[in-house]
Amino acid sequence: EDQVNFRGFMRTLAHFRPIEDNEKSKDHNGPEPLNSRSNKLHFAFRLYDLDKDDKISRDELLQVLRMMVGVNISDEQLGSIADRTIQEADQDGDSAISFAEFVKVLEKVDVEQKMSIRFLH
Amino acid sequence: PVATSGPPSPAGAELLRWQWREVQAPCLVAAWILVASLAKIVFHLSRKVTSVVPESCLLILLGLGLGGIVLAVAKKAEYQLEPNMFFLFLLPPIVLDSGYFMPSRLFFDNIGAILTYAVVGTLWNSFATGIALWGLHRAGLMDPGVEAGLMDFLLFGSLISAVDPVAVLAVFEEVHVNETLFIIVFGESLLNDAVTVVLYKVFNSFVELGPAHIRATDYVKGVASFFLVSLGGTAVGLLFAFLLALITRFTKRVRIIEPLFIFLLAYVAYLAAEMVSLSSILAVTFCGICCKKYVEANISQKSRTTVKYTMKTLASSSETIIFMFLGISAVDTSKWTWDTALVLGTLFFILLFRAVGVVLQTCVLNHFRLIPLDRIDQVVMSYGGLRGAVAFALVILLDREKVKAKDYFVATTIVVVFFTVIVQGLTIKPLVTWLKVKRSDHHKPTLNEELHEHAFDHILAAVEDIVGHHGYHYWRDKWEQFDKKYLSQLLMRKSAYRLRDEIWDVYYKLNIRDAISFVDQGGRVLSAAKLALPSMPSRTSMSESSVTNLLRESGSGACLDLQVIDTVRSRRDKEDAAMHHVLRGSLYKPRRRYKASYSRHFISPDNQERQDKEIFRQNMKRRLETFKSTKHNVCSSKSKARLKEKGKKKAMSNKAPNGKMHRNVPWQEAASVLVMVSSEEEESDSSETEKEDDEGIVFIARATDEVLQEKATPGSLDVCPSPCIIPPSPTLAEKELPWKGDQADLAVYVSSETTKIVPVDMQKAWNQSISSLESIASPPGVESGPQHRRFACPVLEEQPQSASQVTLEHSSCFQFPSHVPASGRSQSDSSPDGAEQQELQPLMATEEQQGRVLPTTEPRWLMFNRASHL
Repeated sequence: EDQVNFRGFMRTLAHFRPIEDNEKSKDHNGPEPLNSRSNKLHFAFRLYDLDKDDKISRDELLQVLRMMVGVNISDEQLGSIADRTIQEADQDGDSAISFAEFVKVLEKVDVEQKMSIRFLH
Repeated sequence: PVATSGPPSPAGAELLRWQWREVQAPCLVAAWILVASLAKIVFHLSRKVTSVVPESCLLILLGLGLGGIVLAVAKKAEYQLEPNMFFLFLLPPIVLDSGYFMPSRLFFDNIGAILTYAVVGTLWNSFATGIALWGLHRAGLMDPGVEAGLMDFLLFGSLISAVDPVAVLAVFEEVHVNETLFIIVFGESLLNDAVTVVLYKVFNSFVELGPAHIRATDYVKGVASFFLVSLGGTAVGLLFAFLLALITRFTKRVRIIEPLFIFLLAYVAYLAAEMVSLSSILAVTFCGICCKKYVEANISQKSRTTVKYTMKTLASSSETIIFMFLGISAVDTSKWTWDTALVLGTLFFILLFRAVGVVLQTCVLNHFRLIPLDRIDQVVMSYGGLRGAVAFALVILLDREKVKAKDYFVATTIVVVFFTVIVQGLTIKPLVTWLKVKRSDHHKPTLNEELHEHAFDHILAAVEDIVGHHGYHYWRDKWEQFDKKYLSQLLMRKSAYRLRDEIWDVYYKLNIRDAISFVDQGGRVLSAAKLALPSMPSRTSMSESSVTNLLRESGSGACLDLQVIDTVRSRRDKEDAAMHHVLRGSLYKPRRRYKASYSRHFISPDNQERQDKEIFRQNMKRRLETFKSTKHNVCSSKSKARLKEKGKKKAMSNKAPNGKMHRNVPWQEAASVLVMVSSEEEESDSSETEKEDDEGIVFIARATDEVLQEKATPGSLDVCPSPCIIPPSPTLAEKELPWKGDQADLAVYVSSETTKIVPVDMQKAWNQSISSLESIASPPGVESGPQHRRFACPVLEEQPQSASQVTLEHSSCFQFPSHVPASGRSQSDSSPDGAEQQELQPLMATEEQQGRVLPTTEPRWLMFNRASHL
């Protein structure tokens, strides 16, 4: 589908709301708010995972890397970076990063801050 | 001999003379520094004490003691913290150090909060304190001797309310609160200098003019001067940062003085700002922050190390001296007069107003911040507002004629400073623990984090773009692009510019770290290979040998000092080079001694060191190679086939064809394949290799028949027809494998005997690690340096992006001795990597690094072994 309606637009942007403390206590029974840490990470995960198989494979990682890294790094080097990245994160040995592994490897990162924007304040 | 003064002694020529007067000043300076440093050593002898009491306290107490001694002995206080000396010599190193190693990402992320606290907070503090004290005075609670009007109190308020960077650093360094908190308090302490300077000067001039003569325009001028001072100071800093970065771009041939530029220019920035009465602290801070990225990319690895350690040393010694002198200066009672009300009032007010100020500002700030600052943070921030030597120096600077109450102010300042440093310094650690403040967690950077954080940045910038919200990320992104396109090209050397990438850097460093730890473990294993060495003590006892130990021992006089790794290669005759290598590698040279380097202008690694390094490297490589896994990832065969045509095949060690040629080498031994590993950066620049130092010739011993298919060293490989030598009998290490030169992406035939798996990258990383100076020589434990901020100084500083090019030189000419195990080696056709600097072999992801049972004997073993067989 090539179109995005406003609802979809908002849903996506809602991922980036900063996490607020009082929200944490509120809604334990309802669905997790879109801007929870887990959902934020899931959003990022989906950006990597192009074929939607819930795993980030080496090729997908390579694609992302290629976009991010400067043009001066060669393909083999990128390949090694990708391999090492996977190796660092991969725990079940399938040479791909699953969502759980992704979350685990980013546990020390302050995702709440790095994946949040204040808009409409 | 110092020029002597005075009439010659009438008794005739003397053998020795007492020339105290001539050397007095420098001697005293040196003596004090020595005393302070010795005291530091003594303090750190007791861990219990230093874990409870911050060092600054101890130093102040020491100063008090020493001052008392001096007073008793000389009956007058001799040594003081002179403001001039303080501002000109003691303060700049500390500020430079903080600026240079400031984690700039964190700093700019929180710049809003920092600026708010620095400007608004300081203003509030000084006015509130001044007025409150004045009120106290008017209420008659103070000693009538205190003759001070509103202006005097405001003046005093301004100097006492500034949070001091030296004290904050000294105390927070030991407390390790989380980074956001630290950067806010510390940033505030640096940036409030502008406000302090302006307020101080303005009020000083008001006091001089007398309250009656102040006009409205003076107030306006005061406000205007604030902007001028702060922005001007920043501009000066930026200007010098730019100059510095530009200059370092061209220092390729004068590496030895690179560090000098950094210190000089930063100091000149400080002085220039002082000269025009702008904020010098701001100037130096921004100079350091802004120049760092470009300077670090441009200068050589050694210079980087030099700069880092010199800065730290200077800053640390300045800090020590400052605190000690604070103590000493307090003893001079002639300079101060006590007034209880003033002292107590000041103490109370500064604490009160700081807390109030912090709370109010945080309320406002939290509306704008992504992550609000909670109560605990606020408590720590208000408690962490320490005053220090800057306030003291400023108060000493007051003119007694104009400010009649100076002595009272001095006394008060001393008490305040002591109180904050000692009492607050002592109690902040328990407070932080009690409040369960989030501490900083120093964990090793992982590639994943780096990569994903970059991704997040991009994602956010994209979202902001979509939304049309020109927020923080948007501007940051714009700045990055601007920097990439214009600034970096202008300020960074071509070679550095091309390779600049953060993700890459992290990856590189991680590799090196792995390689070192790998070898460190491996070192234990190989020591079991008992080879009898002709004249070396038995190594079997060295079960603990790690690489670093190896390096430090100088067994037979040969010191593999990897810190002098700076091999400069030039294109030379491959044959000669190869031959030299073979000889050097195979022959045991007892009693090596290093030639002294006579040149003051150029530290050239002398040949001996280079050779040792090469030999070491070869042997280590061989060791590593022995446990390669069977299946190598050969995917990148295509890439590696870049041969170094481009220029840099640097032959190793064409250095000194010194007499080694004359040895009798039995050529009929098996051929060995010489692999030239040269690291090069760019094609164009051979001299640039200094950076990349990682080169060594790697000997691939033993090509067996099956293996010796000349893998066509493709084209550019210069086949070296020279005779090669194979170590006569297979050592433990040699029994196995493949010599995979370096990243042999190419056909690496790994022996199937290997059961141990080594990540292919180790090889490369190992190579690279060899070239990284400190990384090998310094114990890996040095991970958390004193100023450990996550980004700031990684243990392994940016390694030279060494490329190991492996040039395979094939000697096709010799027969291999039959005792070479058939399974033998595969020829590693590591084709030389072209201009590719970093050749990295993709890790075989599936392979876990099992038992690193890697033999890693001292390189020398192999060498000697071979020699013995020759």
